[in-house]
Amino acid sequence: MASLAWLEVLFPLAAYGVLILRGRALGERAPLFAIGAMVLSTAVAVGVLAEQIAGARPFSWRTIWAVGGDRVITAGFTVDPLSATMAAMVTVVATSIFVYSVGYMRGDPYYARFFAFLSLFCAGMLTTVLANSFLVLLVGWEIIGLCSYLLIGFYFRRRSANMAQMKAFLTTRVGDTLMLIGIMALFSKFGTVDYHAIFEALAHSDTIEPASVVLAGLPVPLATLVALLIFGGAVGKSGQVPLHVWLPDAMEGPTPVSALIHAATMVAAGVYLVARTYPLFFYTADRAALGVVAWIGGITALLAALMALAQDDIKRILAYSTISQLGFMMAGLGVLGYTAGFFHLLTHAFFKALLFLGAGSVIHAVRTNNIKEMGGLRTRMPVTFWTFLVGMLALAGIFPFAGFWSKDEILLEAMAHNPPLYWLLMAVSFLTAFYMTRLVAYTFFGSYRGPAHPEPDPWLPEDYRRAGIPHQVHGTHPHVPHESPPIMTVPLVFLAAGSLLVGFIGAPGTGPGGGSWLHHFVEFEAFREAGIEPAPFSWAGALPGLGVAVAGVLAAWLIYGVKVVHSTQLRAFAPWFDAFLRNRMYIDALYGWVFVRGGLMFAQLLRAFDTYVVDGIVNAVGYLLVLIARLDRLVDTYVVDGIVNLVGLFTRWLGSVLRYVQTGRAYNYILVAAVGVVLIVVWTLWRL
Amino acid sequence: MTEAAAFYILTGTVLGAALVVVLSRNIVHAAVSLIPVLLGVAGYYVLLGAEFVAAIQILIYAGAITVLILFVILLTEGATGLRVRQRNEQVPLGIIGSGALVFLLITLLTRAPWPPAATPLPTYNPGAVGQSFLTAYVLAFEVTSLVIVACLVGAIVIARREE
Amino acid sequence: MIGLAHYLVASALLFAIGLFGVLTRRNAVAILMGIELMLNAANVNFVAFTKYVSPELVRGHVAALVIITLAACEAAVGLALVISAYRHLETVHVDEINLMRW
Repeated sequence: MASLAWLEVLFPLAAYGVLILRGRALGERAPLFAIGAMVLSTAVAVGVLAEQIAGARPFSWRTIWAVGGDRVITAGFTVDPLSATMAAMVTVVATSIFVYSVGYMRGDPYYARFFAFLSLFCAGMLTTVLANSFLVLLVGWEIIGLCSYLLIGFYFRRRSANMAQMKAFLTTRVGDTLMLIGIMALFSKFGTVDYHAIFEALAHSDTIEPASVVLAGLPVPLATLVALLIFGGAVGKSGQVPLHVWLPDAMEGPTPVSALIHAATMVAAGVYLVARTYPLFFYTADRAALGVVAWIGGITALLAALMALAQDDIKRILAYSTISQLGFMMAGLGVLGYTAGFFHLLTHAFFKALLFLGAGSVIHAVRTNNIKEMGGLRTRMPVTFWTFLVGMLALAGIFPFAGFWSKDEILLEAMAHNPPLYWLLMAVSFLTAFYMTRLVAYTFFGSYRGPAHPEPDPWLPEDYRRAGIPHQVHGTHPHVPHESPPIMTVPLVFLAAGSLLVGFIGAPGTGPGGGSWLHHFVEFEAFREAGIEPAPFSWAGALPGLGVAVAGVLAAWLIYGVKVVHSTQLRAFAPWFDAFLRNRMYIDALYGWVFVRGGLMFAQLLRAFDTYVVDGIVNAVGYLLVLIARLDRLVDTYVVDGIVNLVGLFTRWLGSVLRYVQTGRAYNYILVAAVGVVLIVVWTLWRL
Repeated sequence: MTEAAAFYILTGTVLGAALVVVLSRNIVHAAVSLIPVLLGVAGYYVLLGAEFVAAIQILIYAGAITVLILFVILLTEGATGLRVRQRNEQVPLGIIGSGALVFLLITLLTRAPWPPAATPLPTYNPGAVGQSFLTAYVLAFEVTSLVIVACLVGAIVIARREE
Repeated sequence: MIGLAHYLVASALLFAIGLFGVLTRRNAVAILMGIELMLNAANVNFVAFTKYVSPELVRGHVAALVIITLAACEAAVGLALVISAYRHLETVHVDEINLMRW
């Protein structure tokens, strides 16, 4: 079975092929291909995972892609606990989202194109997951980047969507370029791009270690530098600071896209990459690379959580939440919590996808994204409400939901290996619980604050509206928001179940020796040799984390639910801070000024150069040539013609002088002849 | 001795009359003065043993041509111009040119080493001339007759009055 | 006593006189008379040479006779021209005839 893992990529790729070519003709039946392909992929993935769980050995297949001297580039795939688990998660979550999308996107004129891109995305994601060489990784990485671009700009006639898709692509490109440099460095050093070969070399030698590179005056060990370059790709894709700016704007895409790509899978690819290439980070001097990863993760988590506090758009709050949780995962990996970080990735996929789909359901009903205009939906949309609540509790890390177990494990690892980071993450947990409760309070509680006649879906672009395309899910009831149809609510329930149950695979006591089952299944082998133990679970260690989360929920409930203190009063307390958070800490503005405007100014400078200098030179040459031509004409007129005229004039003058020889008198001529004879005789005699 | 005397007398006549021909104001005097020149030259021929040529000279030259010239003078009313200037403006150059030429001629011709005659002159002139004309120089003879015809016709054509 | 040189000198002088006349006289007929003098001088030369240098075939005599003949023809034609010119141009003075001037 493991040898057939490549089929997981093939099915969605085939679906993409069919849908992109014949999708329009298929119409309403288009999703069947996509869902069918995903179901088949899920079956394969689950089967492969089962095999691995049952104890099968990891399977690798590779082929030589290119050879150059003693360097070789290979391509292939590997099935091992890490990749099997990840693949299974991706396929399961994707399938649920596909089903949900059938209902959500119904009526859209580009229905088939949507599923085509989603299928292509899944193919790319699975390629990235199963890759065992950097070459294959790059292929998958680029595909998912492309699909993200295409799907963010799915409503391509909206200017904001175009801007967002460009921002996403360019920002992640920065990270991708760093990653590419890192891969080239690895290839140059090791002569291969194969994971296994490189990791073995790293584990058993110090070839990279002694070398250093001077960077800004400080010597940086080469190994750390390469690891951080690879991490650069993860920073871009997973929205870590400072390349996080694209994720909130990526919410321009349809909600299922936000759920699948920008919550559960693509953004998680960065975390997965770090986990997959962990030896790169582990074998650096003082494990410095891991330290950088951890702190970037922590700072990202904190900043994103703060920014989430001040947002009013439901999807934006969730977007910042995603960034924050991704930071959490990176931090987990960074503090040697290999399994912990990965565990959180799995649980986050479920509850974040759930939250996004629930948000989509809400948006469909009330036709707005603004939580201030919602309210009282608890009674009107019960299924959505209860599933959303499950997701929120899981995210906040409340026992016994999945988020509790995974977040708690990261906190324990942090406490064991990096205490300052522990306190930072605790603060983030508080904030997470706080803003999520705020969100739920505004959205589902209180009375409905929306207009009597809601506008059509704000995400609906102009041409859709002009074409008179109604949003058929909630097409004809303008005044009362109501629950979404089953095709959308069933996936919600499924994901809610997952948010509850998936946590237990990482719960203590499930695995042999008292640890969690996941620890036993997915672990980093080198930890054992290095004597690194997973942080043991204890209620004493877990309680602070839980307490902080509960405290956050309560605090938010007091302010937003019970309204002990009105939020506007709190805002007035520190208005500058409020504005600072609301404007995303002005980071986007900074980038806009430095890179965007800077780039434009540079372009204009070059254009001015081109116009004045280059064109100036060309024009000057032209003028010069004209000048030379005029000069030439003068020369021609006065000198050349002058000479010619002079010849003529001279001839005339000579004639005018010589004509007097013709006297017309014969006797003159005779005299000349006679004298001439005399002269000739004299001359002849002279010569003799 | 007589030969020398004859020669000098003849030379004096010829050159003197020639001077009159070219210097006289009266054109008729000039024409008439031509006769002694021609006769004197005939005398030279006799001295040189060329009797036949002398005879022809007198006949043709002194006879026909002089008369012709006189006729033309009279026809062109040249005699009426007695007070008319007869010399043109080329006189100085003419003197120089002629002078130079005669000087050259005399110097060259007298200095040149002429080989003396191998055989004597034939005494019967007409016979010798006739022989020459009809054997060696028959072409010249015939052509000359043609020339005479041509000139005859030509002169008539030129001088006739246009009707 | 009287040798070739005498005759040559005499003919040279005669020739020069004739030339002078040709160059200097205004009347056309006078010019023709000058020409006759020159021709005669040449004839004297020819005949003198026959006697003193090469008498065989009496070449000089032949030449002299031919020249005399030609002189006659030429005088005829020349004088006819003078007459014709006199008729057209009303003058025999050559310095008044310059129609072919510049």
